[in-house]
Amino acid sequence: MSVRFGIAVFPGTWSDRDCAHAVELAGAEAVQLWHGDRDLKGADVVILPGGFAYGDYLRTGAIARFAPLMAAVREHAALGGLVLGICNGFQILCEAGLLPGALLRNSSLQFRCQPCWLRLEAPAAAFFGQCQPGGLLRLPISHGEGRFYADKETMAQLNGEGRVALRYTDAGGRLTDPANPNGSLEAVAGILSEGRNVLGLMPHPERACEPLLGSSDGLLMFRSLIGQLGSRT
Amino acid sequence: MVSLKGVINDPQGLVVEDALHHLGYPEVVGARVGKFISLELDVEDLASAQLRVDEMCQRLLCNGEIEDYRFDLQPGPG
Repeated sequence: MSVRFGIAVFPGTWSDRDCAHAVELAGAEAVQLWHGDRDLKGADVVILPGGFAYGDYLRTGAIARFAPLMAAVREHAALGGLVLGICNGFQILCEAGLLPGALLRNSSLQFRCQPCWLRLEAPAAAFFGQCQPGGLLRLPISHGEGRFYADKETMAQLNGEGRVALRYTDAGGRLTDPANPNGSLEAVAGILSEGRNVLGLMPHPERACEPLLGSSDGLLMFRSLIGQLGSRT
Repeated sequence: MVSLKGVINDPQGLVVEDALHHLGYPEVVGARVGKFISLELDVEDLASAQLRVDEMCQRLLCNGEIEDYRFDLQPGPG
């Protein structure tokens, strides 16, 4: 039986089809999940993709967290189900309290659309099992509000528990100011939940799944998820 | 009024401060950009409105991780 990815569609989501394409390339099945439904359609993994949910009025993700679908996503996550929030999906997960911290306006005040180097920081087999531990991934970002912030206590907890999944670095894996595209605190690009089953990241793995797009590193993440679920059954 | 907490870098505020300096207002030593939200309520008295609006701020209008809020209430016509 193939692994099924449920891909959320909110009003304004635009990365859902890219995610479905990536999932299919990786060899799994993709189904769309409508924001007004509470049904996850038997999905093994839920993806909250990029875009602008409900126009991102008030704050990014502030309205989306009340969508009926999010109640089902919460239940799925509470039972240990895998959830991947990409870009706007990461913002929604933070607003929904499934991940700590918040994503603020980029320090440059510019919308940044560019390839980035990401250093794998934490062991998270479900999401990165097929990536080289401590290695670098080449993934693009595309956002205006991706500056990660968490208060001191939360940041210390994230570091202490090894829950910072990815940091922005230069091509040599070094943390430098120019390599941090949005001014994120401690160059954080992605974090894990306490149970390590929910990952939020600003870069777009679904847009780095074919050599023609400049990188296939994103495909490793989708294959890791499939590998993780395949080994459970 | 919802604004970023004081400890959080506010790049919009820094740009506004810089622009005001260029316009000849060197006395500006700080600027923060926030959100102004206006609500109209149909309630009997201001005391109950106070509690309700405070709850609205905490549940939706303000993200307590990054923002502070304050509000005032004014009786409307009638």
